[in-house]
Amino acid sequence: MNELTHKQSQCILVSLRLEPVRGLHMIPASFEYSSPKTLSEAISLLETSGSDSKILAGGQSLIPVMKLRLGSPSRLIDINNIEGLNYIRESDGFLRIGALTRIVDLESSELLKKKYPIINDAASHIADPTVRNLGTAGGNVSHADPANDLPAAMLALSAEFVATSSGGSRVIKAKDFFVDAFTTALKHEEILTEIRIPQFTVGNGGAYLKLEKRVGDFAIAGVAAQISVTQGVTVAKAGIGLTAVGSSAIEAVEAEQYLIGQTLTAEAISTASKLAARASNPGTDLRGPGEYKREMIIVLTTRALKRAYLRATGGAA
Amino acid sequence: MVNKMHIAVTVNGKDREADVEPRLLLVHFLRENLSLTGTHIGCDTSNCGACTVMLNGMTVKSCTVFAVQANGKKVTTVEGLANGAKLHPIQEGFWEKHGLQCGYCTPGMMMAAVALLQKNQNPTEEEIRRGISGNLCRCTGYVKIVEAIQYAAEKLKETQQQGMEVPAR
Ligand SMILES: Cc1cc2nc3c(=O)[nH]c(=O)nc-3n(C[C@H](O)[C@H](O)[C@H](O)COP(=O)(O)OP(=O)(O)OC[C@H]3O[C@@H](n4cnc5c(N)ncnc54)[C@H](O)[C@@H]3O)c2cc1C
Ligand code: FES
Ligand code: FES
Repeated sequence: MNELTHKQSQCILVSLRLEPVRGLHMIPASFEYSSPKTLSEAISLLETSGSDSKILAGGQSLIPVMKLRLGSPSRLIDINNIEGLNYIRESDGFLRIGALTRIVDLESSELLKKKYPIINDAASHIADPTVRNLGTAGGNVSHADPANDLPAAMLALSAEFVATSSGGSRVIKAKDFFVDAFTTALKHEEILTEIRIPQFTVGNGGAYLKLEKRVGDFAIAGVAAQISVTQGVTVAKAGIGLTAVGSSAIEAVEAEQYLIGQTLTAEAISTASKLAARASNPGTDLRGPGEYKREMIIVLTTRALKRAYLRATGGAA
Repeated sequence: MVNKMHIAVTVNGKDREADVEPRLLLVHFLRENLSLTGTHIGCDTSNCGACTVMLNGMTVKSCTVFAVQANGKKVTTVEGLANGAKLHPIQEGFWEKHGLQCGYCTPGMMMAAVALLQKNQNPTEEEIRRGISGNLCRCTGYVKIVEAIQYAAEKLKETQQQGMEVPAR
């Protein structure tokens, strides 16, 4: 597993998301740098370069970590010069997003706006426009900060992650991917190459809502909801993912199961929202007390489900 | 032994080469190797945007990019905005509308504004505020900055209507 010690991850949470740590400098430790032109070259570099080498994608999480010396990889393998990892398209029953797709492209994609607006919602709430120019879809999920916004959306969408190594590719389901804070199911020698999502037809709708202290900040709490409805009334499938209220992005499984077969009455939405809050385990920090965040999960789930329903049934929003 | 790599970067239209350590941040390369101190450093956490420059035409926080990543690419800094003694419309806007007090955030603010106006010629106030949301100002309260950008938007449209070339790459 691609993991950091508990102490390291706590330190990252405190310093990157709350306040700079005094006495730490902004110059990263020395490292070797390579910028392979092909995926196979990148994989063989990962295999031969020791366990503390790292992939560099947009660098918008990794470089801040290195500047604060919370991580000091011995080698960076820059994948930005590899062609063919930046795309958003539907094919063979899946929406496919290349790992190197920039967050700004998720935000502006017409295909996503039209059919998968939950991804637009999440992308346009990540950091600020300058960070979104470089930050990537693959990096946002691989970094696995519980406060990253895409993981919850990916859980709600039942996404799958394609991990490629010299032995070929394997597919990891979103629910198995996010293991813990800053820890995913990716092995060190694997590169995430594609995020794929079962393609939608009519009757699907989703939304991502994020509560933030100020524009561009990490979430106080966030909720992703995706539903499919039959005959415009009955829920056939539901996905709910939560941001920043636990040690990883959380799938609210009980709420999802409850919703199946329901008509989305105010009462059903309220019950599902409370079940979603029950799945959360928020801590108290500068962004607010745990109890407050749990309450906010109820409010956000209610709003996200309503917006998802409107979108699923061809309404506005 | 320190490992150094050779890089060639076009900065404000000039070809620059250097041997740098991979850990050298682009902002330090600009300020210390090239003495282009218009690009500022305001934080340690990639939040403030004082270091904003254009890399191949898109804004980046140069404190969150390594200089080696700019190898073979084009960088535009605030020093690249004016055309000789003639100010860029965004610089004129900050001058006319008092878009700055201490000036610390100004270079980054102007780069973000130029990028915004390249994408959107007629931004609303809301769009301007979102467009500069990666840039923090501790002095102005942003009102005058928004006015400066509105001024520049008008000015750029006039320049284009007159068929004149718009500066900045
Ligand atoms: C000021 C600021 C505010 C931010 N606010 C938010 C926010 O509100 N919400 C949010 O979600 N994020 C936020 N972020 C984080 C930002 O979204 C990052 O860009 C993103 O999380 C990481 O993507 P990246 O491509 O930059 O990854 P990198 O920083 O390059 O990499 C991150 C990690 O993922 C690994 N990795 C990257 N790509 C791959 C791959 N293809 N295969 C295997 N491993 C890989 C790297 O080795 C590294 O460990 C913020 C960042 C900043 C600087
Ligand atoms: S110096 Fe603050 S974002 Fe670069
Ligand atoms: S003018 Fe002083 S920080 Fe903006």
